[in-house]
Amino acid sequence: MKRIRILVAKPGLDGHDRGAKVVSMALRDAGMEVIYTGLRQSPSDIVNAALQEDADVIGLSILSGAHMRICERILELMKEKGIAEKPVVVGGIIPHGDAEKLKKKGIAEVFGPGTSLNHLEKRIREVAGDK
Amino acid sequence: MNSNSLTNGDELSLSKALSVVESDRISARRLISSLPEKHSLVVGVTGSPGAGKSTLVDHLSLRFSESAKTAIIAIDPSSPFRGGSLLGDRIRMSRASRSGKVFIRSMASRGLVGGLSPGIYDAVDLLGRCGYGFVIVETVGVGQAETDIVNLSDLVVLVLAPGIGDDIQIMKAGIMEIGDIYVVNKMDMPGAEQLARRVKSILEFAGIEREIVMTGAVEGKNIDKLSDLITGKLNKLKKNGEIENSRKKRTEHAELNAALFAVREAATEGVKLEELIECLQKLREGE
Repeated sequence: MKRIRILVAKPGLDGHDRGAKVVSMALRDAGMEVIYTGLRQSPSDIVNAALQEDADVIGLSILSGAHMRICERILELMKEKGIAEKPVVVGGIIPHGDAEKLKKKGIAEVFGPGTSLNHLEKRIREVAGDK
Repeated sequence: MNSNSLTNGDELSLSKALSVVESDRISARRLISSLPEKHSLVVGVTGSPGAGKSTLVDHLSLRFSESAKTAIIAIDPSSPFRGGSLLGDRIRMSRASRSGKVFIRSMASRGLVGGLSPGIYDAVDLLGRCGYGFVIVETVGVGQAETDIVNLSDLVVLVLAPGIGDDIQIMKAGIMEIGDIYVVNKMDMPGAEQLARRVKSILEFAGIEREIVMTGAVEGKNIDKLSDLITGKLNKLKKNGEIENSRKKRTEHAELNAALFAVREAATEGVKLEELIECLQKLREGE
């Protein structure tokens, strides 16, 4: 099994980082290397960090409701920087309809409330290409 | 990935190359030796967990980046059970990270217990050849004996903070001996002055002449003083030629580190230790 490196980031201004922390710990315990970047990151902070860290997966935790705009911007910047091939997954309060729209735009997976940590780990391994 | 994009300062190529360094040593060595030899000034920053290393490194890297390309390698521990890790040093490095002037890479210690990570020597070598004038290596939060950083660095900054215990802790062998510069961070906290005085008197007693700097990393206090002291000392090492010695030492330890890992890998793959020793003896006799 490959040692997956995942960047966990909280874009935007919401300060609810419990979810991101729980997920980071769970993925750490699943044997992954989790780069946690903390609160209030701008899309360019996140893309820059993903580039420097050569993360296999980028995980975003968004509870502010601004997920559409933030994700669009991050995907745009990733293209500009030449790292569009890295899968991006999103967790948080995302309405079902928006989740579908996000996937159409290129988000690899959306994890809503109630997602089990086992499912999360499994899907992240899948999108990282480590089945 | 070609060597041109690496020497031209392309961050994406460098980032990918560092992943090779962490995953495949043989390819990494091939790649590194294809680049012209060039050295960084390597500053090691070590100290106990929560002493303020990452915040200090954040400030220092920005100062250094005014005179040369600067990179940070920040190491955090891997789990001894599942191998995973939580790399959280970037959280404290938002200034450097946002400035766009500093290259920051997090690394997991992956079973190395000396405070560093297996790929660290190759990573430092690579950054030097890619034109980085300064590399700051932040160790995992250390206890008393994780002193490998001294073999890797040209200069070691030992970061202390109030609340570490009494004089006896400072008198112990190991970590307290390896600083070229001693920093007492969190200078506004009770006990900071007292700690600085204790460190001073114990160093004096041991006949070691070292500077002690008090800083407030969060508030940005005395950062210039510390930064000037570091660059001043590095310049002196360059002038009097001592830097060559520390580079030689680094190369020796890089080889030692690689050898240790090769043996460990062989052992985990089930190669019998007796067979390994026999092989080595045959190799030696063949010389």
